[in-house]
Amino acid sequence: MKTLTRQELEDFAANPPANPPEWIRVQLDTGGIAAGAEAVHAALAHEREERKLLFSLQRAGSIGYSFADPVIEVQAPGMPRIHYGHVTPELVGQVIEDHLRDRRLIDDHVIATRQRAVTLDGPVTHLLVRDTGPETGSKTEFFQFSFTEELKRRGLAERVQVVRALDIGVYEEGAVIQLLPSGVTYANVLAPDVARIVAESIEGGRVIDDLLWKTPDRQVRIVLRNCGDVDPDSLDDYLRRASGYQGLRRALFESNPEQVIAELKASGLRGRGGAGFPTWMKWQLTRAQPAPQRYVICNGDEGDPGAFMDRSVLESDPHSVLEGMMIAAYAMGASKGYFYIRAEYPKAVERIERAIRQAREQGLLGKNILGSTFSFEAKVRLGAGAFVCGEETALIASIEGRRGSPSPRPPYPSVRGLWGMPTAINNVETLACVPAILTRGGAWFAGFGTETSKGTKVFAVTGKVRNAQLVEVPMGTTLREIIYEVCGGVLDGREIKAVQTGGPSGGVIPVQHLDTRVSYESLQQLGSIMGSGGMLVMDKTDSMVEVAKFYLKFCVDESCGKCAPCRIGGYQLLQILDRISRGRGSAGDLALIQRICQAMQRASLCGLGQTAPNPVLSTLRYFGEEYQAFIEGGPSYARKVSRGSASPAKAPERTGTTPPVNPTPSNR
Amino acid sequence: MIKARINHIDVEVPEGTSILDAARQVQVKIPVLCKHKDLHATAACGICIVRNKGGNRLIRACCTPLENNMEITTHDREIVEVRRSTLELILSNHPQACLNCGRNGECELQTLAADFNIPQESIKRYVKDVAPDTSTGSIILEFEKCIKCGRCIQVCQEMQNVWALSFLDRGINTRMAPAGDITLAESPCVKCGQCSAHCPTGAIVENDETPEVWKALHDPDRICVVQIAPSVRVTVGEAFGLPPGTNLTKKLYAVLRRLGFRAVFDTNFSADVTIVEEASEFIERFVNKRGSLPLITSCCPSWTDHMEKRHYDFIDNFSTAKSPQQMLGVLAKTYYAQKLGFDPAKMFVVSIMPCTAKKYELSRTEEMYASGYKDIDVALTTRELARMIKQSGVDFLNLPDGAPDSILGDYSGAGTIFGATGGVMEAAVRTAHFYATGKKLEKVEVEAVRGLQGVKEGTLNIGGTQVRVAVAHGLANVEEVLERVRTARRTGTETPYHFIEVMACPGGCIGGGGQPYGVDNERRRLRIAGLYQDDRDCAVRHSHENPEVLRVYDDFLGKPLGARAHELLHTRYTARPLYKR
Repeated sequence: MKTLTRQELEDFAANPPANPPEWIRVQLDTGGIAAGAEAVHAALAHEREERKLLFSLQRAGSIGYSFADPVIEVQAPGMPRIHYGHVTPELVGQVIEDHLRDRRLIDDHVIATRQRAVTLDGPVTHLLVRDTGPETGSKTEFFQFSFTEELKRRGLAERVQVVRALDIGVYEEGAVIQLLPSGVTYANVLAPDVARIVAESIEGGRVIDDLLWKTPDRQVRIVLRNCGDVDPDSLDDYLRRASGYQGLRRALFESNPEQVIAELKASGLRGRGGAGFPTWMKWQLTRAQPAPQRYVICNGDEGDPGAFMDRSVLESDPHSVLEGMMIAAYAMGASKGYFYIRAEYPKAVERIERAIRQAREQGLLGKNILGSTFSFEAKVRLGAGAFVCGEETALIASIEGRRGSPSPRPPYPSVRGLWGMPTAINNVETLACVPAILTRGGAWFAGFGTETSKGTKVFAVTGKVRNAQLVEVPMGTTLREIIYEVCGGVLDGREIKAVQTGGPSGGVIPVQHLDTRVSYESLQQLGSIMGSGGMLVMDKTDSMVEVAKFYLKFCVDESCGKCAPCRIGGYQLLQILDRISRGRGSAGDLALIQRICQAMQRASLCGLGQTAPNPVLSTLRYFGEEYQAFIEGGPSYARKVSRGSASPAKAPERTGTTPPVNPTPSNR
Repeated sequence: MIKARINHIDVEVPEGTSILDAARQVQVKIPVLCKHKDLHATAACGICIVRNKGGNRLIRACCTPLENNMEITTHDREIVEVRRSTLELILSNHPQACLNCGRNGECELQTLAADFNIPQESIKRYVKDVAPDTSTGSIILEFEKCIKCGRCIQVCQEMQNVWALSFLDRGINTRMAPAGDITLAESPCVKCGQCSAHCPTGAIVENDETPEVWKALHDPDRICVVQIAPSVRVTVGEAFGLPPGTNLTKKLYAVLRRLGFRAVFDTNFSADVTIVEEASEFIERFVNKRGSLPLITSCCPSWTDHMEKRHYDFIDNFSTAKSPQQMLGVLAKTYYAQKLGFDPAKMFVVSIMPCTAKKYELSRTEEMYASGYKDIDVALTTRELARMIKQSGVDFLNLPDGAPDSILGDYSGAGTIFGATGGVMEAAVRTAHFYATGKKLEKVEVEAVRGLQGVKEGTLNIGGTQVRVAVAHGLANVEEVLERVRTARRTGTETPYHFIEVMACPGGCIGGGGQPYGVDNERRRLRIAGLYQDDRDCAVRHSHENPEVLRVYDDFLGKPLGARAHELLHTRYTARPLYKR
């Protein structure tokens, strides 16, 4: 096969190709596939064949709308791109006939665009409507009827279609409508506004300012920039439509390794695996170590309960991660790289392996890449499912074929890592940021975020949240904005109780701290951590003792068993929590919990053991009275809570400055 | 050099020195459970945590090298609290059946718990009920008592290259066990017992056979005789608080008689017999060119077992001479029995060995029954003997000196150095030189094969011919020596060595798996020095000059390598599967 040249790559950058006018893209990530996306794709292919249609049927990863899987995106000539959720094979006929042929959208499946315009460009063709009031959806049909009647009255019914949206991207703001193709959004629309909107906006072409929803979308897609857009199985797609490997080109031909590291330094990018170590420094340390061979490893051993950011990125945009790895390798002088991906992610493995194969065939991997002096090879290694193998030294042991348990540091991997050589280990999300930083500049990246935490962060928001999904927001966005503005708030309109971040190493953040701006430091101050980006929303019915037990059990199961504080401490802690949750705790138990937690935090060898007590300590800190209630209430109370006939003790309102119930030393 | 401060005390150490070792230099003891001086730090126990000024985390002293300008605090309130909690956690996962444990009074965990003075159990005890592994008859794995420090596994995999033990499972279910979850007898285990010598608790112990010996001693119908291995004389004192290397040969003779043995022999005697046979074998192969070279020593049963499982391409190179233990056993039940008119069926021969594998050797092959009976009935380790002495009520250290039986008891200096690495080689060279040249060595000490270096090589001049020898101790060190021989075989070049000595345990038998606890290189050196002193103190320093040896050959055995010697004093080897399953 012919290999890619530097000149061709430059041409791609200068002349991005035009997309075909008519296409349907099916989002085939693991979540989508689990929900039936393969069947949808097959049905579309079948119909296309049967009806001899010309639309281009494409595959893509996920945009992150997990709540609406399977998701497809449809482009018809002259229409805006439309996402449909909850698509079934049965709906395929309608997509082809209504949407492609008749230019009519399908009720209850449209996911409105987050790009909220403030001006109407040209005539309105479609009006999306959704009631987001207290009884969500109840008035949607009323408004659809009202708008339709009003349009009929004015003879506009033929021109404008009123469509019930599956999701409109604005929540708890009464009836919300969005005008297409512009994306102008009105919120808190009342019945009397119907006539006004039709008259002024649809007939008159004017935006109604008092109804206009001006809050911009909180999301900024840097890591997820191509997710749901490009075909993860196509290098060509990545090269032509996603500025693929332009970051590498710039690194190789427009800078030297020192400049690449300087660019990373300017970007302020810190490790997205959770600890937040400055990425440029990791590269610099590895580069500075004299050695005949250096390695770069992509840590794809994502294992936090509820976290699926890395999986989604690997499945949706594998070439970005590979490109990021290559840039990292160039910067630190490494010629070999490993993707360490857990075996439970077969799609991610398949796609990254295909990406590597494609890159090799096109000469993007191998000797003298694109005619430069840079040579690089990448391989995939599968993790056997141990959470602790996400820890750097355990991960290295696992790649080397040894038992996956951590070893003491120093020596740090940057000094002596894989096979005894200097090694830099970067998280999937970290590497996915790198090509964007190289193409758009470190300063651009640093323009997002806070003083100490730059750029954006992807979160997998799950739990009692209306729209469980992947979210990418600039650092410094508040938890409330993420949960309420992006994800639609708590399921069934219940009251939020707390948010758990950082997975089993993190902690719970109670409702009074929802306005905290997310950064590495702020979350730590609250007794939690950024972690890799899991975010679990809990409502008033959730028992915090159970939550602590759940996360602790995970760590107890996943402890490698090497060091005593983690191995025995975790187990004993779990026994005590279990005792308490059955109403059999004793007064001394809380002090004992503190003591064991302290031993684990201070004397465990690796991050797993050091942070495993965090969910316990943070629930104890903010919801100590729930523990107390179990101890005082005894077995009968515990049974009531587990049956749901008693609610876990209500947390008294506390402000951030109140000293915690049980002060504990921070482990960081 | 690194300059730093520990507890406000200036300390200067070479680069790479751990905080733990640096602290020792300024008389600061940081408590530790998992780290052993022989082994690299695994950082498992979490007890040795210290604080570096300005650092948020507590760091492990065992595995963190001291750096310039560090200001280390080893004991403050938080550190001590965390250590205590960690220790309590470890204790909560330990049976605490101290009074019924083989390590009672000698247990590192017990000592640490006593130091910390933990008054009550605040954490509910959780110990998984697992039956011990008694399959080998040499070493017992008491899984419940294991604190997962990983020493045994490091010893088994890295020091000995045996790979019988590993960690299985994870989390609270993590356990030390034979790899593949089979029994130890089915594993590649060579019974060297280094795991038991390094275990901080009673999780790995020798199979205690003292009750059987007591039973025989108390049986009026049994004629109990005993032999003492070379190294035991310089180590047994440690169990009674004496410094390593203290030679207690004569006290041992005396105490064994007090215990009730009818005759006390010395394995040093049969070591001399072994040398006469082995040196003759060497001459046969080297001078008369009959048989394979290099000749490889076989008196270490762990090494023999290891060879039969992993290096059976060297079977023809092995000396067929039995080990001194077995030679003495067979001579006791034949020659000695005849001489004194004892019925060998009633004889009960006990050997006091530094070694757990010696228990296995007793029934290794049918040649171990050459007398028509089991040549040795029970092999006890030094540790078991110490226990018996303590049980006997004899004031061991203040006993008047005793003497061995006049037959099978006298020894040469060459016999006594069998207990040190290089000793067998040195003894053999002394005699082989005489056999080859008819002259004694001018200088009997063969310095090239002495010392604790893992592999020692030398070229010795025997009658104008250069003899190339190698000595390896610690089974991991064997590989490179054998590999060199194999390379020469493959390429058809001359063998790099003519004579190789291998001892499974680092330091040789003085570092054996059945020796008193607390071995490290310092102790090994002192123990070896004790043996070399014993050698110097001997009037006769050549095996072939031992008058009793000569008499046994005259009276009974005939010529070295002769028919009777062959029948009673030699054995055979067979390739064995690494895993018996």
